[in-house]
Amino acid sequence: MSMPFYVAPEQVMKDRADYARKGIARGRSLAAVVYDDGILICAENPSATLRKTSEIYDRIGFAGVGKYNEFDSLRIAGVRHADLKGYSFSRADVDARSLANQYAQILGQIFTNEMKPMEVEILVAEVGHDPDGDRLFHILYDGTVVDESDFTVLGGEAEAIAQRLGEAWGEGLSLGDALKAACAAIGGPDRTLVADDLEVAVLARSNGRRAFRRIEGGELAELLG
Amino acid sequence: MTLPHFPVADDPGPSFVGLLRAQGLEPRFATGPDGATSPLSFSHGTTVVAVRFADGVVMAGDRRATAGHLISHRHMEKVFPADRYSGVAIAGAAGPAVEMVRLFQLQLEHYEKVEGTTISLEGKANQLSQMVRGHLPAAMQGFAVVPLFAGYDTARREGRLFEYDVTGGRYEESEYATTGSGSLHAGAVVKMGYRPGLAREEVIDLVISALFEAADEDSATGGPDLVRAIYPNVATITADGFVAVGEDEVAERFRGLVDQLTSTRGPLPPGGDPS
Repeated sequence: MSMPFYVAPEQVMKDRADYARKGIARGRSLAAVVYDDGILICAENPSATLRKTSEIYDRIGFAGVGKYNEFDSLRIAGVRHADLKGYSFSRADVDARSLANQYAQILGQIFTNEMKPMEVEILVAEVGHDPDGDRLFHILYDGTVVDESDFTVLGGEAEAIAQRLGEAWGEGLSLGDALKAACAAIGGPDRTLVADDLEVAVLARSNGRRAFRRIEGGELAELLG
Repeated sequence: MTLPHFPVADDPGPSFVGLLRAQGLEPRFATGPDGATSPLSFSHGTTVVAVRFADGVVMAGDRRATAGHLISHRHMEKVFPADRYSGVAIAGAAGPAVEMVRLFQLQLEHYEKVEGTTISLEGKANQLSQMVRGHLPAAMQGFAVVPLFAGYDTARREGRLFEYDVTGGRYEESEYATTGSGSLHAGAVVKMGYRPGLAREEVIDLVISALFEAADEDSATGGPDLVRAIYPNVATITADGFVAVGEDEVAERFRGLVDQLTSTRGPLPPGGDPS
């Protein structure tokens, strides 16, 4: 009778984490930045149809990096969760913290119980009625939730980009300045990103009930200057 | 509430109603024995109109809800935005009608978020048709809901409007549509005053006049309430989207109408109608 090889649990977790991190590092990064009217999400994404950022609910946005089909199914689950909750209770009862916890549960469960962890990092952003209410939840492949305040970066090169963004970020940035800072930080010293390389959206307080709005075409080119 | 998760074969796709069904949350209106009409007294919404004009469509509805011979609400809303470029107006059993509007709004928004694109105007009209048809068993028992749907077709660049019957039959109208208890009188007024390409101010005056005359003849339709300053809801749907006409503007136009009618119809002489 053959016996399975013993593998230490530490090794199993480490292998899975390496696997997920490698998958995430293959894709391009994105940054979310708090500016004076809300939250800007700027992703490097050469595709104009396969989206990384999207709307979840009135004041809540979503962004994902890594394997597209995996974060897209998480996005749809989030839209369903939010719409069901708003329908059963009230629109005001739908909040990003609860959704981020749900995502963390799912990702954590898959990471420990399934054959393969999800190769994704996701962002749940919520724009408040005033600047103090802005929330950024960064959720990792293993279900770790990080609550950030000023900006957050998702993807393989997150550390280098976050450092560059940290040097450029300041309180009360205008939309244009926030976008330029995010774009320069993602591009790094060697590359200049243009409008076609980017997917940009905002959750803006001034945008009415549905705060999410994509910034595309001429408007994007103009903001990039 | 946990994150909804479905095996691929059971996935409800972009339909919010399908999602509710999968979660066992679909609204059901209790039905009594077959063939019986409900003996319960409940609120009814009354008269709404929609008219095409030069820039798109205008929708308007009175504010009264009745239960039997009593007035149950004086400031009910019957004209709602369905999404950015369309609106829905309702008449019939008030509870199910408002619930249907809420579901319809969510259905459109949910599709837009899941799919990343909006439904065509035709597709929205068909979605509403399916909802009205699904409601038929309740309609048979006296809880009928008969909506109007209007929108600005961004592909064709024109306003379009649709009326329905209780079976979910969907009929596109090229000029105007009315529904509810006062629809006969309101429709007659619109019919007399309608011509293609009316300007915004002209069409608002026309629907206001239609609702006034409907209220004058139909006890279930509410007229302008000058004491409480309650006026019909009016909204325009054009290339700028669904825009509610301000209460002040509606009040101003009603004052104009009342002044004009006072001078033409005047008070009755003492002793009643001259014969």
